[in-house]
Amino acid sequence: MNEAASPSGAGDIADLYSRTLRELARDPAHQGRPASFDATARGDNPMCGDRVDIYVSLDGERIREARHVARGCEICQASASLLTALVPGMTRAETTDLGRRAAGIAKTGIGDDSNDGLRRLSVFAVVHKFPSRVKCVTLAWNALDAALAGVKETSSE
Amino acid sequence: MDTIIAPGTAATFDVARIRQDFPILSTTVHGKPLTFLDSGASAQKPRAVIEAMTRCLETSYANVHRGAYALSEAATEAYEAARVAVQRFLGAAEPEEIVFTSNSTVAINLVAHSYGRGVLKPGQFVLTSEIEHHANMVPWQMLRDENRGIGLRYVRVNDRGELDLDDLAAKLADGKVGLVAVTHMSNVLGTVTPAAQIARMAHAAGAKVLFDGSQAAVHRHVDVAAIDADFYVFTGHKLYGPTGIGVLYGKRALLDAMPPFLGGGDMIGSVTLERTTYAEAPARFEAGTPPIVEAVGLHAAIDYVTTLGMGAIEAHERALVDHAMAVLPRIEGLTLIGGAQDRGGVFAFSLDGVHPHDLSTYLDRHGIAVRAGRHCAEPLHARFGLEGGTTRASFGLYTTAEEIDLLTVKLTEARKFFA
Repeated sequence: MNEAASPSGAGDIADLYSRTLRELARDPAHQGRPASFDATARGDNPMCGDRVDIYVSLDGERIREARHVARGCEICQASASLLTALVPGMTRAETTDLGRRAAGIAKTGIGDDSNDGLRRLSVFAVVHKFPSRVKCVTLAWNALDAALAGVKETSSE
Repeated sequence: MDTIIAPGTAATFDVARIRQDFPILSTTVHGKPLTFLDSGASAQKPRAVIEAMTRCLETSYANVHRGAYALSEAATEAYEAARVAVQRFLGAAEPEEIVFTSNSTVAINLVAHSYGRGVLKPGQFVLTSEIEHHANMVPWQMLRDENRGIGLRYVRVNDRGELDLDDLAAKLADGKVGLVAVTHMSNVLGTVTPAAQIARMAHAAGAKVLFDGSQAAVHRHVDVAAIDADFYVFTGHKLYGPTGIGVLYGKRALLDAMPPFLGGGDMIGSVTLERTTYAEAPARFEAGTPPIVEAVGLHAAIDYVTTLGMGAIEAHERALVDHAMAVLPRIEGLTLIGGAQDRGGVFAFSLDGVHPHDLSTYLDRHGIAVRAGRHCAEPLHARFGLEGGTTRASFGLYTTAEEIDLLTVKLTEARKFFA
């Protein structure tokens, strides 16, 4: 039998749903709408219905705390979870840069261990073998960027 | 004496042999045999379609309707023969009632534009339903939002996923509905709507009726005359034909009264710098070079399914639906959406604790292609409280009971994997 044309790789299902990713997806640490916050935005993936709300409190230009409410797949939830863990202390310029790097890791499969945050984001490197799932990683980052830009809604598209 | 089996009966439906007509069904995905359960989105193509299109391109391709040379005449003949094939397939009175578009979406937009803007009057309503594909909802919302005084109403759906015909009657009662536009078969619930009855109700209230047959025309024998449809649309690529071609059937008198949709070549009577007169239907609605090779492919697809027999396909798929209805609900944690009495081979479901996207990726790694999301029917998912989407398995004429069994095994495994 011929193998049908398939995208970049035959990623194994167990590689994608690693223990680290699944623990992140379930991590309650930064979940839930806070009582007060300075900025928020909603990210929608219109194709699958995934939705991430990001809430941030600010100290001047720096993020003091970030929380999320994610209705989505495990990858989407894991990404929102890791994002909210990593961004406290950062400025918008820094989170935009980190979001781009997260997307790059998911798209290329090339991890980055130049600092702890990037090392942790490298859990998403395996996603490049599942091209339709890259958007699941980027949705939360798009929402954070929109929140910090004062935009209320964004999408994965 | 040999037993005579009437063509087109279930007894002659040899699915193993039929599968050999579809080259892609013998390929593998991630090293596993392909189990294609996404025909509701787009069906695979039999060799007859692929070869007819190749033959057209290799031996008889030229532009249609405008060349007085042999190749153009051959292409024109093939294009118009496809129109006759569609006319017969739908039971239309004449080929001039068949307009080629690029898909169902464009066919509905054509009606929304030409009939909606050109024939409907301020104060009138379009009546669609909660279970529609966005293709049969958004064009009507756009029409409503143009401040032409044309309103929009929705027929409710009951918890079984059937159109609420009492609600339909109530929303027709004031006589203000000019057009009823509903699906003939839901792409999420599998519900087949009672088209003839809906048409009778619409006509009694002075409304015309359009059916979105994108799903139904693939799974059932459709007779637009028997239903008394005013408009009926379907698309080639779900009927085992190519992408890029769709069909609008319209009753001749209605098409004749409608202004053009797109302007350009091929749709004109005469053009001067001051004014243009328009061609008769169907040419009036076919501006520009049409999908010629795709029409040839659609013709081959229609020949293919009618040779198998729409009745035989329907019987085969009914057996699959019965089988799926017997095995899917037994899977722990699985909830089927909708349970219409009259349904076709489309099953949307949720699996407790497993997100549709994760499930779809899991199944893909086992060679099983299903769809995850809201299937271009967000309001329907909201109606059933499933904003996060569902997973959908949809059948084609080549689907087997063994494939459904494999799906059930992998669904059970997936639930354990994600537990």
